[in-house]
Amino acid sequence: MTSFQLLLDGFAAALTPVNLLYALVGVTLGTLVGVLPGIGPAMTVALLLPITFTVPPASAFIMFAGIYYGGMYGGSTTSILLNTPGESSSMITALEGNKMARRGRAAQALATAAIGSFVAGTIATALLVVAAPAVVSFAISFGPADYFALAILAFTAVSSVLSRSIVRGLASLGLGLVIGLIGIDQQTGQARLTLGIPQLLDGIDVVIVAVGLFALGEALYVASRLRHVPPEVVPVGRAWMGRSDWRRSWLPWLRGTALGFPFGALPGGGAEIPTFLSYAAEKRLARGVAREEYGKGAIEGVAGPEAANNASAAGTLVPLLTLGLPTSATAAIMLAAFQQYGLQPGPQLFEHNPALVWGMIASLFIGNAMLLVLNLPLAPLWARILRIPRPYLYAGIVVFAALGVYALNATVVDLFVLYVLGLLGYAMRRFGLPVAPAVIGMILGPMAEIQLRRALAIGAGDPTVLVTSPVAAVFLALAALALLTPVFRNLAARRTRVPLPSREED
Amino acid sequence: MRLRVLAAVAALSLGALTACGAQGGGTSADATLRIMAPAAPGGGWDQTSRVAEQAFKAADPQRKVEVYNVPGAGGTIGLAQLAGEKGNGNLLMTMGLVMVGAIEQNKSNVTLAETTPIAKLTEEYEIVVVPAESPFKTLADMVAAWKADPAKVSISGGSAGGTDHIVAGLMAKAAGIDPKQVNYIAHSGGGEALNELLGNKVSAGISGVGEFAEHVKSGKLRALGVTSGERLPDLDAPTLKEGGLDVELSNWRGFVAPAGLSEADKKALTDLVTKMHDSQPWKDAVAKNGWIDSFQTGQQFADYLNAEQTRVKAIIAEMGLVS
Repeated sequence: MTSFQLLLDGFAAALTPVNLLYALVGVTLGTLVGVLPGIGPAMTVALLLPITFTVPPASAFIMFAGIYYGGMYGGSTTSILLNTPGESSSMITALEGNKMARRGRAAQALATAAIGSFVAGTIATALLVVAAPAVVSFAISFGPADYFALAILAFTAVSSVLSRSIVRGLASLGLGLVIGLIGIDQQTGQARLTLGIPQLLDGIDVVIVAVGLFALGEALYVASRLRHVPPEVVPVGRAWMGRSDWRRSWLPWLRGTALGFPFGALPGGGAEIPTFLSYAAEKRLARGVAREEYGKGAIEGVAGPEAANNASAAGTLVPLLTLGLPTSATAAIMLAAFQQYGLQPGPQLFEHNPALVWGMIASLFIGNAMLLVLNLPLAPLWARILRIPRPYLYAGIVVFAALGVYALNATVVDLFVLYVLGLLGYAMRRFGLPVAPAVIGMILGPMAEIQLRRALAIGAGDPTVLVTSPVAAVFLALAALALLTPVFRNLAARRTRVPLPSREED
Repeated sequence: MRLRVLAAVAALSLGALTACGAQGGGTSADATLRIMAPAAPGGGWDQTSRVAEQAFKAADPQRKVEVYNVPGAGGTIGLAQLAGEKGNGNLLMTMGLVMVGAIEQNKSNVTLAETTPIAKLTEEYEIVVVPAESPFKTLADMVAAWKADPAKVSISGGSAGGTDHIVAGLMAKAAGIDPKQVNYIAHSGGGEALNELLGNKVSAGISGVGEFAEHVKSGKLRALGVTSGERLPDLDAPTLKEGGLDVELSNWRGFVAPAGLSEADKKALTDLVTKMHDSQPWKDAVAKNGWIDSFQTGQQFADYLNAEQTRVKAIIAEMGLVS
């Protein structure tokens, strides 16, 4: 097999001491920026772009790929420990992960996240080697109607599992949809809801929304209760995953990988949607103890989404390397790096620069192994962060959140937006509105809108284009199923049981 | 202890990010020359600025040069900042055709009148393509179908009001179609638009030549026309003029400085940029990126800038893009 031979050559290239050092620097840096709220892999790679003037291409890409994978690892740490996701792709991890941490299972949550990321990253990189052409043809067969249907599916899947109260979930979702409207409308170039502030013309960065609602809101909420409630003593608990943790984690890892890889390869799929879908799927599939534990810290809800976000990072490289199509912010900047070297990713890259491409793929395997070695022993250590007195800990979070957000665009307007969103996040917690649907609405809403309008524009206004594509039809059918299942289940339950005297609203 | 490490890393990265303290005006040989890229890292203006930084350093090793980014709103946020630096002879801003459009579209308070034009550096031409499976074999085929029903011909490209959209508007006008009728599918960039073309979801696509050239050569896309005056040397594609549409346009980039410069400052900056343009690193970068060297300074560039503003303003209004 020629690609296997080429991969071995790639390992030979990546295993030089210098390149190993670049990989180590990359994964360490990536983990750190993943941990810091606001600063993500995309910005880190962008800032390091100038090294392309001096460093040979193979080394630079090995480092960039390490940063990318490392960011996906690091983002989960603060999500789990402090309920303050460092990246939007690790937002879902916070839902169950932080509950686990509060029950003293922080180390297990961190471990399942780290091992899940390793498993997913390794399988997905292997898929990148063998399945790249097939995945690419799948990805480009996706048209606007299919994306619209996908967004609808994600909406229904997510909103049906995220909140106990549908009304509150929808209210939060609506808030997110409105935030998503802010900025220049992409199809017509008109400004919407910008209040005449030019800095809002490009919309509010999803990072700011995630950091504001989650991290800052959480910090304010904790601060507001410090005087009233005696500090919760968080038990650190056992350090490693027990047998039942392994048993409950391995299937979600694989399912998360299966969701994450193809979605990463889709332009516009991103790392967030597969994590939502994985969470929803695991919750639906949960039986027995897991079902009981959902909402209180189920390990499945950490294992699945974490695997999904790492697998999507590998998936992103498929269209980038084979077509020159960037499907995430980090990939777009890596494309710029390719161009700095005078390389054009695309159909001819594999033929013209096999050493570079296969060296990079080999380094992904190496980087993944490095990340596991780096992160697994650190899991119990990280868990001790919870012993830092709360005032210091949360003051630190506020400072880092503000620094990270300011670093995005170096504008004070972003800081104001961050604090407004932080107050909003505090209020939402205070009055019992879930925060996650707002961020999901903000990510999915604009995508659903733009794709719907594109689909209709391409079809010259004919609405049937939305269902004529088989992919779209399947997604929409699944969405309808997700909506109708609870209705049927209720009906069935009502027939067998005595009707409930009053419906519980909360 | 962990936190302390994090703090150090954050401080370092922030230091690198925000290395743009305020400095006073006046050109002097030992002051740092700052180049503002009014866009996020990674895009065309950022790339041009960073290449220029290297070339400046080669042209004058004594001079300190640094690039900083002010992203947002098609560069108009950076433009507004530049306007606040009146008389500063150590500041250049990279800009181009896209900014001219963005000023009109965003109804920016600050316009290019509040800058001192220094030099035009490069140009890139645009290309009109169709999917390989498309029934349009030539530009004439496309124009015929377009005239019959403008809504049925969907054209995918970069952001609304950007260079690609302007080309679509100018083509429609040249073909006798109301530019408002153009069924333009906007994307955040040519890469995203590429996806719909490769998947044969849209009728045609417009982007920079560099963005599509690879796919034209591999046969996945067919080139119907390029927006240059003459055929391009390394691409087998007719010009739009040969295809019967009188449209010529280049996506140019250049430097402007703050307004209120003294003649001496203006001359010093122009001389420095000219030296940069003659340096080997710049020539190498132009060749590597497939840019077209179209160096212009002084009154010549100022006139060019005025003409472009008039033309872009007109077409953006005709396409109904100004609210």
